[in-house]
Amino acid sequence: MEKTKYKNLVNKHTPKEDVFYNAIIAFITGGIMGIIGQGLIDFYAYYLTISTKEATVCMLVTLIFISCLFTSLGFFDKWVNFAKCGLIIPITGFAHATMSAALEYRKEGMVLGVGANMLKLSGAVIIFGVVSAWTFSVIRMLVGAI
Amino acid sequence: MTFKYNNVYVTDTATVTGPYEAKGPLSKYFDHSYEDLYFGQKTWEQAESKSISDAVDILLDKVGMTRFDIDTFISGDLLNQITASSYAGANMPASYIGVYAACATSTLGLTIGANMIESSEASKIICTTSSHNNAAEKQYRYPVEYGGPKPKTTTFTSTGSAAILLSNQKSDIKVTSATLGTVIDSTITDIYNMGAVMTPAAADTIYKHLKETGRTIDYYDLILTGDLGIYGKKMLREYLQLEYGLVLKNYNDTGVMLYDLEKQPVYAGASGPATAPLVTYGYILDQMKKGKLNKVLLVATGALMSPTMTNQKLSIPAIAHAVSLEAI
Repeated sequence: MEKTKYKNLVNKHTPKEDVFYNAIIAFITGGIMGIIGQGLIDFYAYYLTISTKEATVCMLVTLIFISCLFTSLGFFDKWVNFAKCGLIIPITGFAHATMSAALEYRKEGMVLGVGANMLKLSGAVIIFGVVSAWTFSVIRMLVGAI
Repeated sequence: MTFKYNNVYVTDTATVTGPYEAKGPLSKYFDHSYEDLYFGQKTWEQAESKSISDAVDILLDKVGMTRFDIDTFISGDLLNQITASSYAGANMPASYIGVYAACATSTLGLTIGANMIESSEASKIICTTSSHNNAAEKQYRYPVEYGGPKPKTTTFTSTGSAAILLSNQKSDIKVTSATLGTVIDSTITDIYNMGAVMTPAAADTIYKHLKETGRTIDYYDLILTGDLGIYGKKMLREYLQLEYGLVLKNYNDTGVMLYDLEKQPVYAGASGPATAPLVTYGYILDQMKKGKLNKVLLVATGALMSPTMTNQKLSIPAIAHAVSLEAI
């Protein structure tokens, strides 16, 4: 069968993903994550009497810790699967991807297993995060100079 | 290429599964099911290898033989270097053939075994096929604990191992013919739509089998494809009709039979080399022995997928091998 003809046949029988429903779920869960994050910042800033900037770091560490803990306890993948981008885009997604890879390769040793593989999924986030940060810094510097 | 056999029989079979398969509709047809995914081993890869050894042990127990009675041991699985089979082979004194055809491994092993028995080169051959959900996810996709969403066409790799003893001693199930398929470029690059990848290969093998044996599609009480899943099943029906003018009537897919698709979160159904033999050796052969089915064509389908090549933007090749079984 010709390639385009087969592609049409496949498309005809392939179910459509509910993009709208997924977006709504991600919007709501992502919004809840935002509220939790803001709540944590206020909490740390008030009770530890630190600046908002320092409290933001404490909030990130807390969310990373909770994501890693829940991933290790084995139920966070179900939450992520439900919430989709609501949990993948925030720092929880990064922590979840790193932790799940670390767990996966633990049996192959600390160095060649965990060390070599834990950034398998999230390594790309670091690389492109650094590259894009550098690019925008350069642009900002140049624009600032004009 | 099609082979016809006069002298090849199925002496007995054995099936070992993981916990998900035990919760499916065919659970009572399996010989043993483990409650967790480690099977008492340290890792999933070792668990898969153990499931092969377990299936062989159960099979030998059923027929009252020892490992030393077996001439040749043919085995295949989904792991890199067909590791699970090799390590299980280390426990077998028989000559060993490791085979790989992704999820079509079961019928490839059966065909090689049947040819050896037909030519009187061997009289007792055990063929095994295995897969393990977590070991396969780890190798082909993402870490098991990673919960990124998957499309609806995704299939769920089955966990377990199925063993079959072929011999020239008469029994109630006869292997009558086998067709070795050719590698078909599916033109599909979506690794989450394996049904679409394997449909052209399945259709090609079914067509060639019927043509080379001179049989019509109604000759079989049941044509059973490997793991096309819910959507692949529909694709195959339409593909066969459009391309070859064949209308599938008595047709099913082992991928939609192994799990309860309503209750279990398996997306489009089961996949993996163990799927077709678990359903066939467990359930279908039982139905044949009870006289409910007489002639069955098993067309195991395999996506010859490599993550390296799909990352290089190549489409995924696929293969299907068919074996016909008859109750006598």
